[in-house]
Amino acid sequence: MVQLTLPRGSRPTKGKVHKAPKGARNVKTYRVYRYDPEVSADPRWDEYQVSADDHGPMLLDALIHIKSTIDPTLTFRRSCREGICGSCSMNIDGRNTLACTKGWEECSGSTIAIAPLPHQPVVKDLVTDLTLFYAQYDSIKPYLQSDDADPEKERRQSPADREKLDGLYECILCACCSTSCPSYWWNQTEYLGPAALLQSYRWIADSRDDKTQDRLDDLEDPFKLYRCHTIMNCAQVCPKGLNPAKAIAETKKLMVAPGRRKQAA
Amino acid sequence: MSNASPGAPLDSSNDPTGDQTGRFVIQPNGRPRPLSPHLQVWRWHVTMLASILTRITGSALYGATALIVLWLGALAFGPEAYATFVGLAGSPIGLIVWFGLTVCLMYHLAAGVRHLIWDAGAGLSPKAADTASHLSIWFGVIASVVFWAVLFASGKVTL
Repeated sequence: MVQLTLPRGSRPTKGKVHKAPKGARNVKTYRVYRYDPEVSADPRWDEYQVSADDHGPMLLDALIHIKSTIDPTLTFRRSCREGICGSCSMNIDGRNTLACTKGWEECSGSTIAIAPLPHQPVVKDLVTDLTLFYAQYDSIKPYLQSDDADPEKERRQSPADREKLDGLYECILCACCSTSCPSYWWNQTEYLGPAALLQSYRWIADSRDDKTQDRLDDLEDPFKLYRCHTIMNCAQVCPKGLNPAKAIAETKKLMVAPGRRKQAA
Repeated sequence: MSNASPGAPLDSSNDPTGDQTGRFVIQPNGRPRPLSPHLQVWRWHVTMLASILTRITGSALYGATALIVLWLGALAFGPEAYATFVGLAGSPIGLIVWFGLTVCLMYHLAAGVRHLIWDAGAGLSPKAADTASHLSIWFGVIASVVFWAVLFASGKVTL
């Protein structure tokens, strides 16, 4: 359901300002969303003024620097620091991305806002609850379903068929795309969202998978697939440069392809 | 599992029944989890603007069809009713409304063509989508200006 404003209790208030030491150079102000589930208080925006010369080139470097030198209570997820685990996805400078691959030099100003992934329940600070996101991924049956008996070795695929998976298999499920999508914001529990739909198409497009029609049947629903209105935020923000909008368009094309008929449930 | 704090309002976004998102998982402070900011922090992009404009202009065009029905209704009611309608429609405020609706129509037309191309699976790269969105917005404005310039030049409409 569309609600343009945040519900009461979710609206961030002004928080603490941690000033940079006198004489600090190349000072950046990181405006960070904070929420502590132990304390009965609304979320707040804390500001950390930090000399960018003191930390590495990425926003994750800045966050780690703040956590280890200014405020150890700052909470965020991170693991691989090289854009492959998808843990440090968050909203930086107004767009969802991975903190570990986003450089502070790429941001528009000297004040950089860092918020959790949009329109999600906040567990603490920059950590959101992605239970629903993973349940949606699970719902698209993200595994090979073949009618053939297991072969002795691998299932063969021609190079041309393998190429069809390029731009799909690279998805790391960081949730940047799904939580960037206004359709997903307003219809989170009905619409599957760009990430799950791209993953679904990854199996639909796989020549070794035999359940293409069943997969399409599952998506043939007013909400699951068709809440995509080509707003294109997903493709704009994907930190891996993938295009969920394109995968969704290809799925919609298959829905109306000649010979396609919804099977009886 | 209602565990909202006593002060928490019961608007729909704070309704714990059947919640699947985890907002109402019990917290140490007894409050529902806050919803993270969305529109409040989002940096807009032209494709997002073009999308919401399609919605807005589409809704405005519903209003436009009602005006056209009124116009036909006035015609059916006779010369006096028709003269009243045309008088109102031709007044400066009426002309502004018609011009606005022309922009809506022209933009919505261009956006529809853009969607047709997208539905064919083409032009979906972020760059192409940006271009198409910019083009449809500019088309909406320019085509409307040209349309009204021709109307005024023909002498059929005057201020």
